[in-house]
Amino acid sequence: MGNYHLTHLKELESEAIYVLREVAAQFERPVLLFSGGKDSIVLVHLSRKAFYPAKIPFPLLHIDTGHNFSETIEFRDRMARSVDARLLVGSVQESIDKGRAVEEKGINASRNVLQTVTLLDAIEANKFDAAIGGGRRDEEKARAKERFFSHRDEFGQWDPKNQRPELWYMFNGKKRMGEHFRVFPISNWTEMDVWQYILAENIDLPSLYFTHERDVFYRDGVWLAAAPFMEMKSSEKVEYRSVRCRTVGDISCTGLTLSTADTVEDIIQEIAATRVTERGGRYDDKRSEAAMEDRKKEGYF
Amino acid sequence: MERTFSSKAYLDMELLRFTTAGSVDDGKSTLIGRLLYDSKSIFEDQLDAVKRASVQKGSEHLNLALFTDGLRAEREQGITIDVAYRYFATPHRKFIIADTPGHIQYTRNMVTGASTANAAIVLIDARNGVIEQTHRHTYIAALLGIPHIIVCINKMDLMDYREEIYCAIKNDFQSFASKVFPGNDMRFIPISALKGDNVVKPSENMPWYSGGTLLYHLETIPISQDHDLVNQRFPVQYVIRPESDEFHDYRGYAGRVAGGFFHPGDKVVVFPSGIESEITSVDTLSGPLTEAHPPMSVTLTLKDDIDLSRGDMIAGIGLAPRESCEITTMICWMNQKPMQINGKYALKHTTRDVRCIIQSVEYVLNISTLEKVAENKTIKMNDIALIRLRTTRPLFYDPYTTNRITGSLILIDETTNETVAAGMIV
Repeated sequence: MGNYHLTHLKELESEAIYVLREVAAQFERPVLLFSGGKDSIVLVHLSRKAFYPAKIPFPLLHIDTGHNFSETIEFRDRMARSVDARLLVGSVQESIDKGRAVEEKGINASRNVLQTVTLLDAIEANKFDAAIGGGRRDEEKARAKERFFSHRDEFGQWDPKNQRPELWYMFNGKKRMGEHFRVFPISNWTEMDVWQYILAENIDLPSLYFTHERDVFYRDGVWLAAAPFMEMKSSEKVEYRSVRCRTVGDISCTGLTLSTADTVEDIIQEIAATRVTERGGRYDDKRSEAAMEDRKKEGYF
Repeated sequence: MERTFSSKAYLDMELLRFTTAGSVDDGKSTLIGRLLYDSKSIFEDQLDAVKRASVQKGSEHLNLALFTDGLRAEREQGITIDVAYRYFATPHRKFIIADTPGHIQYTRNMVTGASTANAAIVLIDARNGVIEQTHRHTYIAALLGIPHIIVCINKMDLMDYREEIYCAIKNDFQSFASKVFPGNDMRFIPISALKGDNVVKPSENMPWYSGGTLLYHLETIPISQDHDLVNQRFPVQYVIRPESDEFHDYRGYAGRVAGGFFHPGDKVVVFPSGIESEITSVDTLSGPLTEAHPPMSVTLTLKDDIDLSRGDMIAGIGLAPRESCEITTMICWMNQKPMQINGKYALKHTTRDVRCIIQSVEYVLNISTLEKVAENKTIKMNDIALIRLRTTRPLFYDPYTTNRITGSLILIDETTNETVAAGMIV
């Protein structure tokens, strides 16, 4: 008998590939939600593995707030070309222009919440029946209760009290017209797993994840990037610092870490020593204790 | 930058999935909080939040149970509504905890959490000893085929850490468990989750115990034999046909190995056709492999051009799975709407989708006394029963006790699309 020991990362990889293949098998019009962040980049990598030597059998969908880092957009376009995938972009600006979404006002204004409107519109317009996301259960307590296959009603809403039991590896993707599923293939991965996998598989990432210098300011314990649409208080001042992103989202809510890490190995050392969770630097989660739970119920990622 | 964290070691860790079973006040949340806290898996912002909440609730010390606190709806009602998954790692293993609530819908949630677990922690309150709930939890763990059971006798601090208390409970448990759990790996640990005795750190209060802490057992339980490594089983999940110039005639069968080893050159038989063929290659993006075993996701190619599709099964010659439309299965019912005898349901088994009709109920199990009640034909939420059903097309299966993947099934209500039952084929 040979060596039948699978390391935990190989087992997680195998699980994620299995989930991605279930999506392709059970749904007619799946889509992969691509944010340009590391989790969705890992999803694209896993999708290539799941369907090799065929192409990835679903398009990528990016919900663009219009307030993204330019590096994210460049990376997104390059990646879609390199894996030969169809890229769709849902524009939050368009949703605002059409009156579907209303821009927030004030000092903490963000388009983060507005993405839900654009996302649900894109799902409906394209008749997507499954949207694959990079959510992980270790990120946040509302996510800890997510299924791999998470049912959404015709309004795109999540009902945590009435989820289908998920047994063994049998995923029930049955639904009525107008309903859809969110699918989370890397549910069981932790932040460290993702980074170790990026290192082991030599996965290319946007430069934002590595140290770089930029104009930043400090607010409520979080460093934020200075940008024309970022309204600042008079007490806040712009500084030029060496920073990197621990997560990548819209500029208005992506907290930056003061860091000189310029390789994946350095980042892993930094995370191993960090005593704050990844989402601790997410401005969007600080709004209230149940911020994520509320957004998820309404149809957020 | 100083390199203190070893990626090499990290990449060599195994994964252990375990579930926790205990009644409402057995200290389950405290135990999980203790494991996370003492293994340094709690981050500062989480710790701050729990410290704040502990003070607010008037606790004198850090309330470890709050680390597993979930949704707002749960906090408001002081309950847990669903299985939650927690993660932590030590330098030896990575752990996934399926944390199941201990009250209403308990059976349903525990079955869900147990279905993918390698190990179960059964918690017993040292003040109460083995109670009816313990029987339930142990029986479900046995029914779901969890290979390793760790019995934690908790709240030893409230019993002055006395050895005779531990021994009496252990004896009690063994005499009961030998009936439902013959041959399973069973371990006993006296602990205090609240004080931290024998959870991560060895207890100074119980020098009479030398059997290792809970974390030690979690780190060392052998798990590589938990799959069926004898009978080759490969349910076809998805057919890969690139239809590109480079791979013009490529036809690959994607799936996850459910049993045994697969190598290029292996003679195999495919179901339902019964046609024999040979494996040409075991493909992955990183290149072909010389061997695939559970639970690897790979793509197999066959020598002969056979019409195979999702739901079919590739198996070893001579060790064929059973093939039948008549299935006898233990089920756990998971829906408010009771099971309908003669009712039709959708059935999922490995990657195969069929329909079925419920033919008869052999018995409903009284899960507290383990008594088989043959007169009872009504199956409600949380009931466990032995039933017979007939499928529209044959299943290719093994008994659940041989293979947890090819021996399990789920039933789906075709009007609501809800998953209504978990089945373990006899």
